[in-house]
Amino acid sequence: MTEKQKKMLVRILSAFVLLIVMMTGEHTGLFDGWSIWILFAIYVALYLIIGYDILYKAIRNIRNGQIFDENFLMVLATIGAFGVQEFSEAVAVMLFYQVGELFQSYAVGKSRQSISAMMDICPEYANVEQDGELMKVDPDDVCVDDTIVIKPGERIPLDGVVTEGESLIDTAALTGESVPRRASVGDEIFSGCVNGSGTLKVRVTKEFDDSTVSRILELVENASSKKAKVENFITKFARYYTPVVTIGAVILALVPPLLFGGGFGEWIQRACIFLVISCPCALVISVPMGFFGGIGAASRIGALVKGSNYLEAVAQMTTIVFDKTGTLTKGEFKVTGVFPVHRSEEALLEMAALGEGYSNHPIAGSIREAWGGTLDLNRVQDAEEIAGHGLCVKVDGRRVLIGNEKLMRRENIAWKPCDSIGTVVYVACEGEFAGAIVISDTIKEGAKEAIRSMKQVGVRTCVMLTGDRKEAADAVAKELGIDEVHAELLPADKVTQVERLLKHRTGKEKVAFAGDGINDAPVLTRADIGIAMGSMGSDAAIEAADVVLMDDDIRKIASIVRISRKTLSIVKQNIVFALSVKALVLILGAFGAANMWEAVFADVGVSVIAILNSMRTLRTK
Amino acid sequence: MKKKFKLQDLDCANCAAKMEEAIRKIPGVQDASVSFMMQKMTIDADDERFDEIMKEVAKVCAKVEPDCRIMM
Repeated sequence: MTEKQKKMLVRILSAFVLLIVMMTGEHTGLFDGWSIWILFAIYVALYLIIGYDILYKAIRNIRNGQIFDENFLMVLATIGAFGVQEFSEAVAVMLFYQVGELFQSYAVGKSRQSISAMMDICPEYANVEQDGELMKVDPDDVCVDDTIVIKPGERIPLDGVVTEGESLIDTAALTGESVPRRASVGDEIFSGCVNGSGTLKVRVTKEFDDSTVSRILELVENASSKKAKVENFITKFARYYTPVVTIGAVILALVPPLLFGGGFGEWIQRACIFLVISCPCALVISVPMGFFGGIGAASRIGALVKGSNYLEAVAQMTTIVFDKTGTLTKGEFKVTGVFPVHRSEEALLEMAALGEGYSNHPIAGSIREAWGGTLDLNRVQDAEEIAGHGLCVKVDGRRVLIGNEKLMRRENIAWKPCDSIGTVVYVACEGEFAGAIVISDTIKEGAKEAIRSMKQVGVRTCVMLTGDRKEAADAVAKELGIDEVHAELLPADKVTQVERLLKHRTGKEKVAFAGDGINDAPVLTRADIGIAMGSMGSDAAIEAADVVLMDDDIRKIASIVRISRKTLSIVKQNIVFALSVKALVLILGAFGAANMWEAVFADVGVSVIAILNSMRTLRTK
Repeated sequence: MKKKFKLQDLDCANCAAKMEEAIRKIPGVQDASVSFMMQKMTIDADDERFDEIMKEVAKVCAKVEPDCRIMM
C-alpha cells in the first residue's frame, strides 16, 4: 500500500468506529431528547472526517468546469440524504464509497505491478570496458562497437556479438522458452535476456533505442493505445451514460412531485440513488484492464500482440493461412534420401559433393553438408554450368553430370525417375546413371501438434501457400493435416489467395496469415491478423505484423486464441454484469424499492468485482 | 515529434479518457494517448511549438484531474 492508501485506511477505520458508536447510540435511545441540531452537527463532523477530500475535489472541479464527475455526484447524493434527515445513511454511503475507492486503487495498483513485473526486461546499466577498466553506465550512453562485459546473472543490456567467453543464456523473458540457449564467440545475443553462469565480452551492434528490449517495450506499451471495438464502444457509452442518468435524476426529483403533488423529500432521495449510480467507472476501468491483462498474458508466453484490436480479432479467427517455408518447415534444405546405382551411398555423395564443390547454390551446400568430409578440390576440373539443367564437371578425370531430369534427358542418360518428395538431383558418371539424391525441407517440430490444437480451439480452415512444387507441398500438407494447399505461387499470388479468402469470410470471421516475414510483408499487412515469426531480430517482420511470435513456435498460436477468447469473455461478462446491476438498481430506485446502500453497491461494489474479474485475464495460459 | 511522459497520481480511468480527449483538441497536437494502466502519456505534436504545446497540455490536465502530475 502507498502512503496515500494507508492514510485513507486510517480515516476509514476511525470513521467506521465512530459511526457504529453513533448508530448504536441512536438505536438504544441514548440520544433521545437531544436536539436534532446536535445530532446533525456530530454527523456532519463525521462526514467531514471521511469525505472532506471528496467535497474539496467536487468544489474544485466545478470551478474548473468539470461538473459531472463522480466526486460531485457523491456529494450531491449525500447532501441530499442529509436534507431528508437520513444522517447516518449519508455518512455510511460516503464511507462505503471511500472503501470501494480504496480497494479499487489498491487492486489497480496490484495488477499494474504484476504486469510491469512481467515486463521487467529493461536493463538498468551496462558495464562498458574502456582502456581495460570497467565502468557502469546507462545503456543509453553506450555506442555501437563499444565492448561491454556481462557478468553471470546480469541482464544483457544491448544487442551484440560475443567476442570472448561462453555462457548459457536465459531467454525466457523474451520468448517464454525455458530451455537456455548456448552462446559462445561469434554468436549474436539479444538484450533483455539474462546471462547464465559465464562472463561474456560483447561487441555492441545496436544502440539502446534500436535494441530488441527497447523495441519490445515500445510495442507492449503502445499496444494499449490501439483500442478494441469493445473499448471504443465503452468510451462512447460512458460519454452519454453520465449526462443521461443525471438528467434522469433531475427529472425524477422535480417532475413527479410537481405533477402529483406530495413531498419533495422522497423523490429527491430517489434522485440521489440515480446520481450515485451515474459513474461508468466499473466499465471504464475494467474493460481496458482486461485487454491489458490479455496482452500481458500473451507476452508472457513469448507472443507480442500489438494492440487490443488485434487480440479481439484473434478471438474471431476462423481461417489461418500459412506460408510453408520457414513457418511450417524449418527452411533448411537437407539431404533426405540417397539412392545410388551400382555404388555405395558414400561414393555417390562424395562424387556429387566434389562435383558441386565450386558451386554456391543452396542445394550444393546441402549436399556438401551431407557428405561432411573435407573436399580436395584439386580432384575437380572443368566445371561448366548448364543453365536450367545443372552442371557438367570432371571429377578424378571422369565426366560427371549433376542436375535435374532435363539434364539427364538432354545427355541421353538411361536414368530412373525418383518419385521421392523434394528436390531431386540426378547424377551420372561417364554417361552412366549413378543415382539420385533427394533434398527437402524438414517440417518444424511441433507443427503437426500446432495445427491440431488450432483446430481444437475452433480454427476451421488451415491453408498453406507456397512457391514450392505441388508434390512437395502436398506431402507436407498431408503430414500436417492442412485443409487446403496452393503450390507453385509467386509472391504476388499469395496476396491474391489471401484476398480471395478475405472475400469469402462471412460476418465477423477473421483471416490470419502466418509467415516468416522475409518476403511476405504485403500479405502480413493485407490479412486481418498478420502473424510473424520474430526470431528475435527480423525488423521487417516485427514492423509489418500484428502479432509476433518471438521464438517462431507456431504452437503458440492456439494459446493466443485461447487467451483472446478468455479475455473477450471476461470483458463481456463485466459489461453485462455492470450494466444489468446498474439498470436494475436504477429501475428499483425510480420506484422507491432501492436504497442508498444498493446504489453504492451498484457503483463501487460492481466496479471492484469487475476489476477482480479483469485481473483473471493476466493469469490465462 | 513524439514524446512520452510519466504521469503521477492518475487515479481515475475516466479522467484519463477525458484528458486524452482534451489534449487532442489542442491545436498543433497530431495525436495523444493517455494510458491509465501504464500511467503514461504519449504526445505527438508539432516540433517547433512543442514546449508551448506541453504547457497547454499541463494546463488542460490540471483542469481535468488536478492531482495528476506530468513528470517532465
